[in-house]
Amino acid sequence: MKIHEYQAKQILAKFGVTVPRGEMITKREDARAVAEKLGGGTVVVKAQIHAGGRGKGGGVKLAHNPLEADALAGQILGMTLVTHQTGPEGRIVKRALIEEGLDVARELYLGIVIDRASGRPVFMASSEGGVEIEVVAAEHPEKILKEFIDPSVGFQAFQARKLAFGLGLEGKVVNEASRLLQNLFRAFEATDASLVEINPFVITRDGRALALDAKMNFDDNALFRHSDIRELRDLDEEDPLEVKASNYGLNYIRLDGNVGCMVNGAGLAMATMDIIQYAGSRPANFLDVGGGANEEQVRHGFEIILSDANVCAVLINIFGGIMRCDIVANGVVAAAKTLGIKVPIVVRLKGTNVELGQKILRESGLNFEVANDMKEAAEKVVAAANRFQNA
Amino acid sequence: MSILVNENTRLVVQGITGREGMFHTQQAVAYGTKVVAGVTPGKGGTSADGIPVFNTVQEAVDRTGANASVIFVPPAFAADAIMEAADAGLPLVVAITEGIPTLDMVRVARFLAGKQTRLIGPNCPGIISPGKCKIGIMPGQIHLPGHVGVVSRSGTLTYEAVGQLTALDIGQSTCIGIGGDPIIGTTFVDALRLFNDDPDTHGIVLIGEIGGLAEEEAAAFAQAHVKKPVVGFIAGRTAPPGRRMGHAGAIISGGKGTAADKIAALQAARIAVAESPALIGETLKRIMNSEL
Repeated sequence: MKIHEYQAKQILAKFGVTVPRGEMITKREDARAVAEKLGGGTVVVKAQIHAGGRGKGGGVKLAHNPLEADALAGQILGMTLVTHQTGPEGRIVKRALIEEGLDVARELYLGIVIDRASGRPVFMASSEGGVEIEVVAAEHPEKILKEFIDPSVGFQAFQARKLAFGLGLEGKVVNEASRLLQNLFRAFEATDASLVEINPFVITRDGRALALDAKMNFDDNALFRHSDIRELRDLDEEDPLEVKASNYGLNYIRLDGNVGCMVNGAGLAMATMDIIQYAGSRPANFLDVGGGANEEQVRHGFEIILSDANVCAVLINIFGGIMRCDIVANGVVAAAKTLGIKVPIVVRLKGTNVELGQKILRESGLNFEVANDMKEAAEKVVAAANRFQNA
Repeated sequence: MSILVNENTRLVVQGITGREGMFHTQQAVAYGTKVVAGVTPGKGGTSADGIPVFNTVQEAVDRTGANASVIFVPPAFAADAIMEAADAGLPLVVAITEGIPTLDMVRVARFLAGKQTRLIGPNCPGIISPGKCKIGIMPGQIHLPGHVGVVSRSGTLTYEAVGQLTALDIGQSTCIGIGGDPIIGTTFVDALRLFNDDPDTHGIVLIGEIGGLAEEEAAAFAQAHVKKPVVGFIAGRTAPPGRRMGHAGAIISGGKGTAADKIAALQAARIAVAESPALIGETLKRIMNSEL
């Protein structure tokens, strides 16, 4: 799960990570008052969306006084912000963060993620802050310092000092930065984060260390024990169809092709998308209905797939295994009847009672094509989609 | 022969009295797996479908000589269950549970370090040596005893591949689902090493997906050590970056973990990569024939 920068900063502040003073606004009218409360000097107005690259896209602006803050808030709130992470359609900005301007001497990078190979959290730091860390990692991997964290004892003070000295910090800011790093890890661990990124982590000319930006992602599997974090979810930032799917326990991701697909299991769902492309078309979505697939889930799956107007045909690929294919087939027929589906549907079932399942589909009087294997299914659905599109 | 599980495997089911635990225990027993015990804290002394239930794994091991465990415990308690099984000295623990928090698995990985326990999973279908022993949720009837080892990060996609092999009359020595999470016990490299050392395994199918670098590591290991023919498939060529494709581990992040990178790594290691998921069985048949 993702949250906004201002929310991440609120969480980090609770763990003792120093962040700039600021306030989130949703209405332009509040901008001036917030800027005045922050001292009436320079402030930064930052668009709050769940995507990176906001600065380059024009979503982060410097205001020299409260009047300018008001004008910039007017520009930013309601704008459609396009960044390299939003896609060409961009994202409408509904919230903005107004923060005190700082006199920055150095821009650094801090990040914590789980390293899969070692099975441990890794704390990364780099002197190359304020730029995309992927670029630094590709071009200058030696400029990324790493400390692996033993979960039985946690992130140690000496590791924080190693990183601070490694960043070239000197004098009393070393201790302040080390403390901030330790607090950052405490926040990561206590919230079951999957990513914490401070880019840039800044040192001011008067020798303070602060998190100027903050990004936190959380482990979806751990949200059950963090009700406070669950409440930070911003549905405006998510595709409405994906939200609807998640409410039904379905895993749906919208893509840009015209062949809808409904599959049980994530790996097979990806492989089904791939074979649609291999057969000459493009998948309209990823949809995993889970290891089982009951009638209700199939119906909701259909509803969601068909809400996408680009869909010209649907491929259902269910490897039943222990599930009985006749039960799946009855579910598919019932769902298709209830919804009055117009587009052609190709069904590939595998598992126990497969012949009975195919018979149920053929005799349903509905527009089903039955396929025996994935190759046949993919070829049939691509042909059906082309016919439907040209009709 | 086979790897890790066979007719001598004596299984304890953790979470046997739950709905999933009970159903899959019955399926395993029907397949011929020796299920000797169940564990559900607080239900010790009872029995489930004739299988004695104990309060602790240690007690189950002491009383029944169990030498492998399977875990059907809900996600919030699953990490604890894995550690309990390892503490009881079980050499093999298969964690089926999906949705275990990653930081719980970080602690489990640390706990297992230096111990003799091999963990398979979590979030996996389990392991089967066809005709001998089935531990997990895979459908037994699609398998055929034989000489091809299958290792995969996926569940139903593994069944798809196994189904293709069986349809071509190519049997399997052992099939392992290693799981779709970022932190797992047994890796591709571990499975490749075991299959390579098993005289009864003559060829290997490796099914990977986007995310992480496990397939790249497997490719490097295969190139250096594996003497048997290997067929690979990578799911997720059409997956967009930055999106978690169902499995917690299946996400392309920071430009890393793409299908294209993984396919290139496998091909560089002279592994035959199936272009389409429908061609996994045929690709294996082709290279096995050319080996003969």
